[in-house]
Amino acid sequence: MTALVALILLASPPGYPDENRVQLKEGPARDLVLGRCAACHSQDYIPMNSPFLDRKGWEAEVNKMVKVFGAPMQPDEMAKIVDYLATNYGKN
Amino acid sequence: MRTRRQFLKDLAGGAAVLGSGALLPSLARAGDPSTVGPASLPAGTLEASFLETLPGKRPLIKRTYRPPNFETPLEVFEQLFTPNDAFFVRYHLPRIPEVSAARWKLEIGGDAVEKPFALDLPALQRDFEQVELAAVCQCSGNRRGLSDPHVAGVEWGIGAMGNARWKGARLKDVLAKAAPKKEALEVAFNGADHGSLEATPDFQKSLPVWKAMEENTLLVWQMNGEPLPHWNGAPVRLVVPGWTGTYWMKHLVSVQVLSQPFKNFWMSTAYRIPKGKFPIVDRFLSQETDANTPITEMVVNSLITSPREGQRFRPGQPVEVKGIAWDNGAGIRTVEVSADEGRSWQTATLDADSGRFSFRGFRHRFKAGAKGEVTVLAKATNRIGSSQVSELVFNPAGYHNNVVSRVRIRVG
Repeated sequence: MTALVALILLASPPGYPDENRVQLKEGPARDLVLGRCAACHSQDYIPMNSPFLDRKGWEAEVNKMVKVFGAPMQPDEMAKIVDYLATNYGKN
Repeated sequence: MRTRRQFLKDLAGGAAVLGSGALLPSLARAGDPSTVGPASLPAGTLEASFLETLPGKRPLIKRTYRPPNFETPLEVFEQLFTPNDAFFVRYHLPRIPEVSAARWKLEIGGDAVEKPFALDLPALQRDFEQVELAAVCQCSGNRRGLSDPHVAGVEWGIGAMGNARWKGARLKDVLAKAAPKKEALEVAFNGADHGSLEATPDFQKSLPVWKAMEENTLLVWQMNGEPLPHWNGAPVRLVVPGWTGTYWMKHLVSVQVLSQPFKNFWMSTAYRIPKGKFPIVDRFLSQETDANTPITEMVVNSLITSPREGQRFRPGQPVEVKGIAWDNGAGIRTVEVSADEGRSWQTATLDADSGRFSFRGFRHRFKAGAKGEVTVLAKATNRIGSSQVSELVFNPAGYHNNVVSRVRIRVG
């Protein structure tokens, strides 16, 4: 068991197994979303919170990330990210 | 009441998980504990959740990888005490250092103490009386994913909770050595974890001084007889029996006794509930506003661990209903079970009492009737007369979901 744990420790980045198992949907702003959001959290936060937020809901989330958590985004980037989230992970 | 069509749709929702995660071999096992949670979780949550293994843990339900939020599967709650390697993991911030027990130091200070000092682990274990108690640690957001309508956040199913035996020193004894002043109002706690960005508010919390000074509020270094696992706060965490997990600071590095209310995002904005909607006894007056108040104690709740959703029984076959109940520490008085949508209730037998802050096991047996779908309900009531609710008390952060527990089985 100890050997197994050691192996897992060696095989994975600091404590987190393959977080890229969850991949965001293709879309115009996907790389921007990854660039701005993934510094602080794994991509799975987005699909986990779907599909029940409308555009306003995603806007509130992005605003919170910028205003409360300090995510570095320009206003035009925020608009593109909200668009991507509402289109791909929004409430129908 | 749910229709048969809804029932089948729910099962199909479980099967959708099968497609993406390949965790289940057949539809018949939907609702099985090896799935990633109830079918009423958001569809995106089910698709993005898998059983995954953090170092030192058994496979748990991964909600998010980074920061790590991992949930305990239903079958683990067949045991009254949650094994350390199955205990849920919840973090707000992604940088989580492994804190060396040998080098660990706790700073005790703040403007409302006369004699600030620092403490290492041998001193915590040697200089203060060591006490052990059983207590439930439940995330405030446990069951958020079952909110209707859904609300944003970590979409937990039922397993953002666990019950353990915690051992350590009383916080009040440690604080006494720092000689708190009479103007002490709150005690603030910081852990070693932090954000990736300088701008991200560090996760720090405070307690009202009266709660910090209660005899059951502990600085613990041991969990179920073993050193605290890394993912549950090694080497020392705060244990606040009866109150939700947000106050149970992990990887504790600083305790500050303050004469003023502690203000930050995690106190002033997050972890708030509307006033007047829940039967709360413990109030945190120095943090209350006109609109809302910090979440404090847990509400009375239960979980049916047997039978399982969708389980089949033959007509006349005995159905053994088993589960656990817990509350804010008043203690569980009764658990009632219904096998007819709540038209009639029978009193379940309570298992041995492991302390008022612990899970309390219950069991009840009935005979499966004629063919059809049967809804089994369980409703816990505590010693101050609080019961689980029949309708969700909706609130924007999805806290305090203690709707009567419900499992549907099939006879025939």
